[in-house]
Amino acid sequence: MSEAGPGLPIGILAELTHRCTLQCAYCSNPLELLKADKELGTAEWRSIFEQAADLGILQVHLSGGEPILRPDLAELVGVLASRGLYSNLITAGVGLDETLTARLAAAGLDHVQISFQGARPETTEAIGRLRGSHEKKLAAARAVRAAGLPLTVNAPIHRRNIEEVELFIDLALELGAERLEIANVQYYGWALLNRPALMPPREAVERQIGIVEAARAALRGVLAIDFVAPDYYASFPKACMGGWARDAFMITPDGTAMPCHAAASIPGLRFDNAARLPLTEIWNRSPAFEAYRGTGWMNERCRGCERRDIDFGGCRCQAMALTGDPTETDPACSLSPLHAHVLALAESDAASAEATIHPRRIGGARAGELTR
Amino acid sequence: MTRPQRPIAGAQSRPALPRHVRMHFDERRGAWALLSPEKVLWPDEISLAILRRCDGRSEAGAIARSLALDYEADEDEVLADVLAFLQDWSDRMVVRL
Repeated sequence: MSEAGPGLPIGILAELTHRCTLQCAYCSNPLELLKADKELGTAEWRSIFEQAADLGILQVHLSGGEPILRPDLAELVGVLASRGLYSNLITAGVGLDETLTARLAAAGLDHVQISFQGARPETTEAIGRLRGSHEKKLAAARAVRAAGLPLTVNAPIHRRNIEEVELFIDLALELGAERLEIANVQYYGWALLNRPALMPPREAVERQIGIVEAARAALRGVLAIDFVAPDYYASFPKACMGGWARDAFMITPDGTAMPCHAAASIPGLRFDNAARLPLTEIWNRSPAFEAYRGTGWMNERCRGCERRDIDFGGCRCQAMALTGDPTETDPACSLSPLHAHVLALAESDAASAEATIHPRRIGGARAGELTR
Repeated sequence: MTRPQRPIAGAQSRPALPRHVRMHFDERRGAWALLSPEKVLWPDEISLAILRRCDGRSEAGAIARSLALDYEADEDEVLADVLAFLQDWSDRMVVRL
């Protein structure tokens, strides 16, 4: 950490609930999902969002689980709007009808992001494990449009839908979306557990990159395409969260403030709760935020690297998951001595014909709950 | 399906901020920010001067004329700069032409 202390944070990912209409095998929620009785109430989220505005936060991503399952969603959007914060609803879209969209738009919602598990109805149903979900998502996207709200189509990519990338681009254009996120699944939590059934082969990833690059060039000014690379096959790691506790963080349904989704997978980190401690104090002094902030924690390989301030040594949680040491170089980095091992893991998972997954639901991570 | 064409900036374009982009004065940092779904942009003084005039009614030519007056600069040169700026920002979907 620099002597000047942390800068001001820009964004918060607020996971309002872990409850969800879908059961995607790569969900970024933890394996131990929180039940509804652990969720913060309206007053607590209101206070957190007011404090966020005071702290300098500019954007709040309202996520879950499925955030539209919270009956107070429009009220919370209203709090954000009243303080000028940019509000981004991250939803699976199932149940987002014209009435709710109109209420959210009236409350001042800035943007809606709807996930599509497939570009084909049968893929969406199989991945999210909900019949009729594709049509419901299409209806939600049209409701978003009818309410005059901007739309991003979010496409999480893995082995079971990687051949639908071109169709995702057509879908985003048909729906009149401004943005399309082609986001290759990152392997933590549920996705790590289900990695053998999800990892795409390298050739498919390369084909996908070619398609995205061509579409970006052809659709300049028409559709913005954001691409999240599958980092097991990358040369350099992702700048996870733009650096640990550097300009964004997240809050879980029970108020736990964490530098990222998977931070609880690092043993020994001490988290604070945003319903009990002022947000400023958490941002400036939370032990979990301080742990890997800046470059002081780095090993010599990372500290001496010219990419130190570009990717910050990659992802701490991935270093933990794949090397057992959260201070190691993220092995997605080609400069890591373990990089070849990670590549071999990806290739062997991709070549496996593994089709069984642990469905994302309470208790779903336990052995014996497998499904196709 | 037929795909929409890339919008091209011209002197008759009437630029505006698209609906997913919002200007916001950030009190804590004392600066104007351009807020969009995943990004926050911090426009410099000149960019800000152009963006403020992107009201969906003024033509790019008129915007250049007004800037040339304010900054005592050559109108043709300013127009070229304004069009290059608008094209770049339109390509990145942060300005609508």
